[in-house]
Amino acid sequence: MIEATSQSQARTATAARAERRTNWRTLLLALHSTLMYIFLYAPIVVLVLFSFTTDSFGARLTGFTFSWYGRLLQDQRLIGAAWNTLEVALVSTVLSTIIGTLMALAMERYRFRGRTSVDALLYLPIVIPEIVMALALLAFFAFSFGIIENITGRQLKMSLTTVIISHIAFSISFVVVVVRASLKGFDQRLEEAAQDLGANAWQTFWRVTFPLILPGIIGGALLAFTISLDDFIISFFTTGPGTSLLPIEVYSQVKRAVTPKINAISTLMLLISMTLVGLSQFVQRQRR
Amino acid sequence: MATESAPLGQAPNSSLDTLARRERGRLFGLLFPGLFWLIVFFALPLVVILLYSFLTPGPTGNVIWKFTLDNYITLFTKDLYVNAYVRSLWIGLVTTVVCLLIAYPLALYIVQRSPRWRNLLLFLVLIPFWTNFLVRTYAWMIILANNGVINSLLQAVGLPRQTLLNTTGAVLVGLIYGELPFMVLPIYASIDRFDFTLLEAASDLGASRARAFLRVMLPLTMPGVAAGSVLVFIPTVGQFVVSDLLGGAKVDMLGNLLQRLFTRSNPPNWPLGSAMALVFMLVLTVAIIFYFRTTTEEDR
Amino acid sequence: MKDGYAIEMRDIVKRFGDVNAVDHVTMEIRNGEFFSMLGPSGCGKTTSLRMIAGFEYPTSGEIYLNGTSIGTTPPFQRNVNTVFQSYALFPHMSVAENVAFGLQMKKVPREEIGRRVDEALDMVRLTGYGERRPRQLSGGQQQRVALARALVNRPDVLLLDEPLGALDLKLRKEMQIELKRLQERVGITFIFVTHDQEEALTMSDRIAVMSEGKVLQVGTPTEIYERPNCRFVADFIGESNFIRGQVSALNANDVTVTDGKGLTLRGQMVQPLQVGDDVYVSIRPEKARLSVQRPSEPPNNLFPVTVDRVAYIGSDTRIMVQLGQDQLFDVWEQNTRSTVDRDAYWQRGEQGFLWWPAENALVLKD
Repeated sequence: MIEATSQSQARTATAARAERRTNWRTLLLALHSTLMYIFLYAPIVVLVLFSFTTDSFGARLTGFTFSWYGRLLQDQRLIGAAWNTLEVALVSTVLSTIIGTLMALAMERYRFRGRTSVDALLYLPIVIPEIVMALALLAFFAFSFGIIENITGRQLKMSLTTVIISHIAFSISFVVVVVRASLKGFDQRLEEAAQDLGANAWQTFWRVTFPLILPGIIGGALLAFTISLDDFIISFFTTGPGTSLLPIEVYSQVKRAVTPKINAISTLMLLISMTLVGLSQFVQRQRR
Repeated sequence: MATESAPLGQAPNSSLDTLARRERGRLFGLLFPGLFWLIVFFALPLVVILLYSFLTPGPTGNVIWKFTLDNYITLFTKDLYVNAYVRSLWIGLVTTVVCLLIAYPLALYIVQRSPRWRNLLLFLVLIPFWTNFLVRTYAWMIILANNGVINSLLQAVGLPRQTLLNTTGAVLVGLIYGELPFMVLPIYASIDRFDFTLLEAASDLGASRARAFLRVMLPLTMPGVAAGSVLVFIPTVGQFVVSDLLGGAKVDMLGNLLQRLFTRSNPPNWPLGSAMALVFMLVLTVAIIFYFRTTTEEDR
Repeated sequence: MKDGYAIEMRDIVKRFGDVNAVDHVTMEIRNGEFFSMLGPSGCGKTTSLRMIAGFEYPTSGEIYLNGTSIGTTPPFQRNVNTVFQSYALFPHMSVAENVAFGLQMKKVPREEIGRRVDEALDMVRLTGYGERRPRQLSGGQQQRVALARALVNRPDVLLLDEPLGALDLKLRKEMQIELKRLQERVGITFIFVTHDQEEALTMSDRIAVMSEGKVLQVGTPTEIYERPNCRFVADFIGESNFIRGQVSALNANDVTVTDGKGLTLRGQMVQPLQVGDDVYVSIRPEKARLSVQRPSEPPNNLFPVTVDRVAYIGSDTRIMVQLGQDQLFDVWEQNTRSTVDRDAYWQRGEQGFLWWPAENALVLKD
């Protein structure tokens, strides 16, 4: 009896020790994670904070002002670049979403010869270094414009159009990945049920398939939109002289000097991105 | 294809053919726009730089249609280029390893939270993932600049200023910061799928916690680790914004050289740039294949 | 029309790759009957159903709906509706919208749709559930919505693909009765696919037993159970003892079989046989008797046996006996008396007599 008690006491002691050890481990993990979140967010906080400073070097918090945001509104170049960015993002999102959705349907619903090759072609833009793709597009446009000039005598120039074309080429794959994921979870019996109830292929798509994969399509479109808004490298190499985009404008201003004005525009860009993440999370939650 | 041949002369056969033809038409309609776009504006450009890489650079930045292997020879003999490759791969490797070491415990911690906390914590990792890379890099400029936040703080407490910006360290911090979310998300996904009772089974069979981790958990979460590593490694090696803004001209990576060869140098040298970009792709592909071979060998 | 066939399948073959999923099937399904296709998974029953629905087209052969060939008519042009195994209710539509879908496709006037949807929901006892979403309903309720959604279109034929498979046992039994009652009320031809023999026996007017793409037997539940035409059917429907042997004598319907190890059995002929044929004598376990003493009027099948195992399963007791050298034989005795005293019952190793009248044994080919 006594022996049993001491044994059980010993066991509780070991258990307590083990528990303490687990606690230590969890604590260590928690500490590490806290540091990581500080690491992730400190620069963003600093950036936002210093967009309100009165110090024109943007290094000290000498006072609070909105004036840097005011100056943004007077910077015609910046505003022009912002409109260009928006135009590129909207056009390339609409087109790449349509093209990507069609392609996702083809890839998910059909078995055909060469399907694996198309698959590879789809994944390549995602894994290839962005700068290689950007330079290849630059070379391609210069090359084909040269040919067109030789044949027709018309001189083509890099412009917003070339940026849009490039953004679409880059975004299609991302849209396809997202839409395919939503098609994978799709119960094909639902389409059969619709046909069984008298709906033809067209009616089946619009009444059943489309509403059900819509969250996936919206998710893909939001991803394409963010990619286009944020893209610097491809835009940088495929835009023409005189047509600037927001990230390029920010880059060239940063290269010149660090001022709180850049903080202000960066803060606004952060705000837009965060709104978009929030939106995409919301859409994904609706799906469930 | 979709149909299989039935004996000739059977009644349903012809209508099955019509159906198959209609299906093929539909498939073509779905596939054509995307295929067209990807071939013309993705595959063809790669062919163009492949072509350029064998041509001769002209004196004014133009291209002379004369076949040559000089571009490739230059790449492999001139120290400037060889060093850029070695440095870029090295920086990519360091960034990937550091990201891996700090992302794994973070992902593990997130997985072990209650569902509500988990969603929030994951969301917080996701936000930087969706925000502008340039802006996030710029934030580090403010912090590290000579008259930046850290130096202002140092001065305020009476310590001497430090040169933080335009160093390899600054580039590494910027890269790790920028790529961390790409490492956390796939690792999180694979730990989330991991069955933690396997760890109990391992310790039941006499494995220490360290051994259980190394022999059971790590191999089973390897797909996430591999995916994360590739997602971090590729953009890091091809980086030129971070090295340009945080490294100044001091830390030359492949991306910076490429950018200069194509746009800035006087005169631009597209053939050499094309060769460099292609070799870069090739090296990356080999590195990634090698990596996948070594990491995915053991699991499953 | 009334007495004609709702569905005729003539020599249907469906090939997937190198496999004939349906292998020269010919079947006639009468107007207004509850017809079941029964068989293990992979027997071709679901593929047959899907060809009638129009989701698959036959590789060869013809399918007629009310006498008209519907070989490659697309599903949306067939007046045939399906209740899916997983119900396939549209998750983005309410219950009423689900039920209205088929009528909308047929461009039925709006007021009529409203009226017919209400009627259909009343019929499946879901009055007032119209505004709910499918996921807010229980499995049994979803099942009934699927039924209403199909029946509201007044199809010529209703196809049911294992519709009760996802329900628990108790609910399944309830739904079996309800389905049968519903079918009798609407008078529509039901084609029901299942792998559950009890389900098929309970509900069907006629059953087609299928295996490996072929139809083995078509008949009423009693015919299928009492007069199976081959070993597979006897084995798949209910349980049966099989004793392998050769036909040694034939006398009208009376067949004598010897197993080569000293057993001589007599049974009924159900298909043409010749002396020397390899056959199985099939005896259902509830159709054999076990007694301690030799019966006073010895039947023509009487064997001394040893009890090997006794299993009490509530409604009856299943006794496994050893017959001859190595033949195990299952006998079921109904527990007609209420007693917990099992000692008075059969014990392992006990000797007894196993017997059955010749008409209870069927002689079947493989």
